[in-house]
Amino acid sequence: MFAFANPKRFMDASSAFLPWLVVATVLTLGAGVVLGFLAPPDYQQGDTVKLMFLHVPAAWSAMMVYGLLALTSLFSLVWRHPLSDVAAKAAAPLGAMFTVLGLITGALWGRPMWGAYWVWDARLTSFLLLLFIYLGYIALWSAVEDEVRAARAAAILALLGAVNLPVIEFSVDWWNTLHQGESIARAGGPRISAVFLWPLALSALGYTLLFFTLWTVRIRTEILERRARSILLGGAA
Amino acid sequence: MSQFFAMGGYGAFIWPAYGVSALLLGATVAVTVRAYRKARAQLAVLEKP
Amino acid sequence: MIGALLLRDMRLATRAGGSAALALAFFAAVATLVPLGVGADLRLLMRIASGVLWVAAVLAALLSLDRLFQADFEDGSLDVIALAPLSLETVAATKIAAHWLTTGLPLTLLSPLLGVMFGLPPRAIAVLTLSLAIGTPAVSALGAIGAGLTMSIRRGGLILPLLVLPLLAPAVIFGAGAVQAALDGLSSGALLFLAAFAVATTLLSPFAAGAAVRLNLAG
Repeated sequence: MFAFANPKRFMDASSAFLPWLVVATVLTLGAGVVLGFLAPPDYQQGDTVKLMFLHVPAAWSAMMVYGLLALTSLFSLVWRHPLSDVAAKAAAPLGAMFTVLGLITGALWGRPMWGAYWVWDARLTSFLLLLFIYLGYIALWSAVEDEVRAARAAAILALLGAVNLPVIEFSVDWWNTLHQGESIARAGGPRISAVFLWPLALSALGYTLLFFTLWTVRIRTEILERRARSILLGGAA
Repeated sequence: MSQFFAMGGYGAFIWPAYGVSALLLGATVAVTVRAYRKARAQLAVLEKP
Repeated sequence: MIGALLLRDMRLATRAGGSAALALAFFAAVATLVPLGVGADLRLLMRIASGVLWVAAVLAALLSLDRLFQADFEDGSLDVIALAPLSLETVAATKIAAHWLTTGLPLTLLSPLLGVMFGLPPRAIAVLTLSLAIGTPAVSALGAIGAGLTMSIRRGGLILPLLVLPLLAPAVIFGAGAVQAALDGLSSGALLFLAAFAVATTLLSPFAAGAAVRLNLAG
């Protein structure tokens, strides 16, 4: 992994694996979507089970991306891994997009399943706060002018958010047990049978591969942009 | 056919969900690819002479 | 040395038009506007008091945070302070203390009056005051990290609430929750959780804030 520390090596390596990644993404995501679409109505949930195939992968991706964001930020601060800053910056907008998608699909799933577009339970509220944390992170990158400073500041913020997210989830959960009567009971969740497990797993995997594909392209883009900037700033070299 | 669109009465939720998913994912792919191509083109111009 | 810095910051904050007065005025203004917005029904106001007053206090405390390091950064004082034999972490801790003493503490002391205006019974008012006393240090602490991170941004004040408010959610939840529980006549662990949160953040944030200031001074 440290072999990728060199931007040129990353460009070379990524141009080699990117086509495969794209193929894998298309196949997996395609299979997941098709299987999900063709899945029979669940005897309890009816066709709303299709919404699960759209919501769960998005929500899972949103959280996974934040984990990666925190990890690359840690690398950036502790080991000064040169590409970590770029990787972190590139990941955030993708994570924010998945969070928005998760929120919207969640609302569309929540209404038929549990009767409400939105409830202030632990998971949803923490997920909403995750979106704000993403947006703050992205805003910080663009607000700080110096790129090196921006990278360090963003890394600190990302780690702060990572530490705080479990605390936030715990506090909202506690708050909900206090108001048990008012919240809509969401005990467990549907138990998944095989005919639904495959579309769900494939969709989740597809979304994940899609993220890695887009992440790679965004990192490549950032590297090219930095190269262009250094040429422009360096003048005639 | 109309039964297909109704999706057991949940059509009003299912189709928008597919729609917004396709929209957001598709737009993200499009924006990402376009930014990459633009960066690549700009660098090619700068590295020419 | 620490004492000198502490007193200096406090003196700056408590001058006319300084952050202390600003926070109190904002707190009182919000607490006055809400009844104008939702109506004078004291039963309703009593039910929403815990959340409204806690949110208003947090926002009021946040108001002056963006200048915590930035003011000294801009006029060069921070460079001078950084040269002193104090670590930046100690400087951060001192500034956090000064901020709380001039913002969180006055807000806490004003809260019983606002509690009365919202029709809270004595026990709830006591818990409100206590929860703010315990929780506002966390606001100063976490806010200081945000202040350090945004120190070099010219209009940093606008982005600071966006960064810090999601992280302060536990404080609001536990703080307002404690008051609500007192109102319902229940006992709850809220104050304990709030205390744990406050202790953790005040102990750890000088390190994060110090790191943030250091990176902005160095760059």
